[in-house]
Amino acid sequence: MSNENNNTISFYETGKGIFSWIFTLDHKRIALLYLYSVATFFLVGATLGILMRLELLSPGSDLMHAKTYNQIFTLHGVIMIFLFIIPSIPAVFGNFFLPIMIGTDDVAFPKLNLLSWWLYIIGAMFALSTLLFGDGPADTGWTFYAPYSVKTGTNVSMAVLAAFILGFSSILTGLNFIVTIHRLRLPGMGWFQMPLFPWALYATSWIQVLATPIIGITLLMIIAERVIGIGLFDPALGGDPILYQHLFWIYSHPAVYIMALPAMGIVSELIPTFSHRTIFGYKAIAYSSMAIAFIGYFVWGHHMFTSGMSGDARVIFSVLTFLVAVPSAIKVFNWVATLYKGSIELKTPMLYALAFIFQFLIGGLTGLVNGALATDIHLHDTYFVVGHFHYVMFGGTGFAFIGALHYWFPKIYGKMYNEKIAKTGFTFLFTGFNILYFTMLILGIKGMPRRYYDYLPEFQPLHVIATVGSWILFTGLIIIIVNLIRSKRKGPAAPRNPWGGVTLEWQVPSPPPLQNFDKKPILSKKGPYDFK
Amino acid sequence: MFSNSSNFVQGVDLSFAVILGISVIFLVGVTFVMIWFVIKYSRKRNPKASQIEGNNKLEIIWTVIPTILVLIMFYYGWMGYKPMREIPENGLKIKTYAQMWSWSFEYPNGKVSDTLVVPVDEPVILDLNSRDVIHSLYIPAFRIKEDVVPGKNNKMWFIGQETGNYNILCAEYCGDRHSYMLSKVVVVPEAEYTKWYNDTVSSDPPGLAVMKKNACLSCHSLDGSRIVGPSFAGLWNKEETILSAGKERKIIVDDEYIKKSLYNPGDDVVKGYPQGVMISYKNNITDKEITMIIEYLKTLKH
Repeated sequence: MSNENNNTISFYETGKGIFSWIFTLDHKRIALLYLYSVATFFLVGATLGILMRLELLSPGSDLMHAKTYNQIFTLHGVIMIFLFIIPSIPAVFGNFFLPIMIGTDDVAFPKLNLLSWWLYIIGAMFALSTLLFGDGPADTGWTFYAPYSVKTGTNVSMAVLAAFILGFSSILTGLNFIVTIHRLRLPGMGWFQMPLFPWALYATSWIQVLATPIIGITLLMIIAERVIGIGLFDPALGGDPILYQHLFWIYSHPAVYIMALPAMGIVSELIPTFSHRTIFGYKAIAYSSMAIAFIGYFVWGHHMFTSGMSGDARVIFSVLTFLVAVPSAIKVFNWVATLYKGSIELKTPMLYALAFIFQFLIGGLTGLVNGALATDIHLHDTYFVVGHFHYVMFGGTGFAFIGALHYWFPKIYGKMYNEKIAKTGFTFLFTGFNILYFTMLILGIKGMPRRYYDYLPEFQPLHVIATVGSWILFTGLIIIIVNLIRSKRKGPAAPRNPWGGVTLEWQVPSPPPLQNFDKKPILSKKGPYDFK
Repeated sequence: MFSNSSNFVQGVDLSFAVILGISVIFLVGVTFVMIWFVIKYSRKRNPKASQIEGNNKLEIIWTVIPTILVLIMFYYGWMGYKPMREIPENGLKIKTYAQMWSWSFEYPNGKVSDTLVVPVDEPVILDLNSRDVIHSLYIPAFRIKEDVVPGKNNKMWFIGQETGNYNILCAEYCGDRHSYMLSKVVVVPEAEYTKWYNDTVSSDPPGLAVMKKNACLSCHSLDGSRIVGPSFAGLWNKEETILSAGKERKIIVDDEYIKKSLYNPGDDVVKGYPQGVMISYKNNITDKEITMIIEYLKTLKH
């Protein structure tokens, strides 16, 4: 990027053509590359989800063979986890807004940033290539549990290689953010003058850097076992299948905080802006992000309560799991307290923030039911877990992602979206979501195991309700997407600060120029949420 | 919920009641306050917001109270679970075998059954073994589940307290026919159990009995339909195209091929069927039993 010292034109106009995008070093363009990639994969993943729900509309074999169904739920999981949720908020909104919110012109390592997007694309291509050769995509579930993943004839090696590459993409983003936050804050912006979204990204980045290498090496071990027959996990070769589960969850449990923490950061931005008041308990929210990131490392065993792990270990993992709930509860209380004596505008992003709190609460509380030993023994590997996970990941992170997209849409595109259609889309999404996933919670309590291609007739009524919910949810998604695309083309021009926000991104033009700030940012002495 | 079908149900359901009860109160409370604030402090009603930065007393209260509540939940969860791991010394010990995609239960007298028949009010101890990948034995009505891990010797136990039939489901994903890996626990009065237990004479032809014992029929049908592997109907003396080390070859299904398929199932797989699904029966089926299987196959016409 040439610095023409002309910082009035928007970053869209600084270069033309495909190469000015795919080889850009501008954090905002990289953010948009990520936005279009993750949104595409989200839609692919959602379509696979709809197909699964259709197959489950009635018992017996309807649309597809069992093996196809197993491959679809695996691909759905791999795409949604590795290609959507993990990169979603950090790589899109983190890349775009972290530098602006802390008052700088780019991330610390722009070239690593571009490399991380390329690794993402290469990883995605590897994952999709499993469709094209051999026995098709992996049929193991996104958890790749050994020894099934060692024995199956499907393309497991390629799928885990894809996840391995995507891991590096994630590590690079995390590393970049840590250094950016440490080194590039605006002079005068201390740690506690930093908005809460950067705080959440900071906590997330440490997990990305410290936990991801473990999944990387574990996935390589699977390949070693499949390709050269080294007996690591398959007892037939002298390996230990429980070892795999430990290694997998040592990463994958902290990874759910990679997925959840940035969403909490988004909500901590939305609520003060639309309540027009300072956030309640700033430090409590910032510290609880760090506490979640830290305690989150020590709870992985709660995924393995039925695996035959020693009874004492089960008890210790259970009590730690309950403790990690406390900092999340603290956040919820502070958000709700921020509404107190606010001046609340129910714009679309605020609706998403409130829906986040409601659904994240259900996700968190059902997590406690899973964290308790007696109840988890009954619920482990049932639809209850699937419902719980979607309440946290979709009802939480997914809703925060869509809320953030509406919130920052005017800043990113310089256009306003249509508020009325956005609210209609939200209503469909919220209704469909809760019908679909609350039904799964009930199915799980009734004893319906997950990853079942077929089921006993007594479960059919609830499966029908869930499938109808999936149609309503999908309708909502389509309304939301059509509205945003139309608004980008035809929406009215957005001012600098349409919502009355106080963080630094509202001081720059919409859309921002290449160097972000057209004039020196003004930093309030009273912290990041000074609404006076 | 709140049945008494096994000795664990009441403890587990009590912890469900405590945890779900606290959770529902919490969810309804927070949601109510949230909606109330949104209405009361809407822009219209309250055009000027008050800038309240926080309150340390409140922070401490809403840290301490949830901590106490979650520890209470933990305690009930632990208490409901503890008896599951306190496996008694004496009881009916049943060797349980899981494999893709069937359950079999071997009783102390050598009787093998695909349903788990147990006497009422007596401790039953299941010794869990897997012949291939990880499965998980789940009896929802009894609130118990334990993974069946190859190479590990997990155990579970229960007392069936009410006579009846209850589902056994596989809860750990194990491949194509995972959702068909079902069975039943049948809890019967002591006298009926004794009669069943001592009746070891099978009415099946000996070859069929061997097949049932080794779960052959969960993948190979007797009526010509396709499940996972080739059907046994009309298989004897049939010409098949097989893949042998990547090369196609035509063979006739004879003694030699049957034996090879049982002992080295990955070597010569009939074209169009998945490779690597079937385990070797080298240690499970004897030469004599193979002869019985062959005699039985000869009777199955297409």
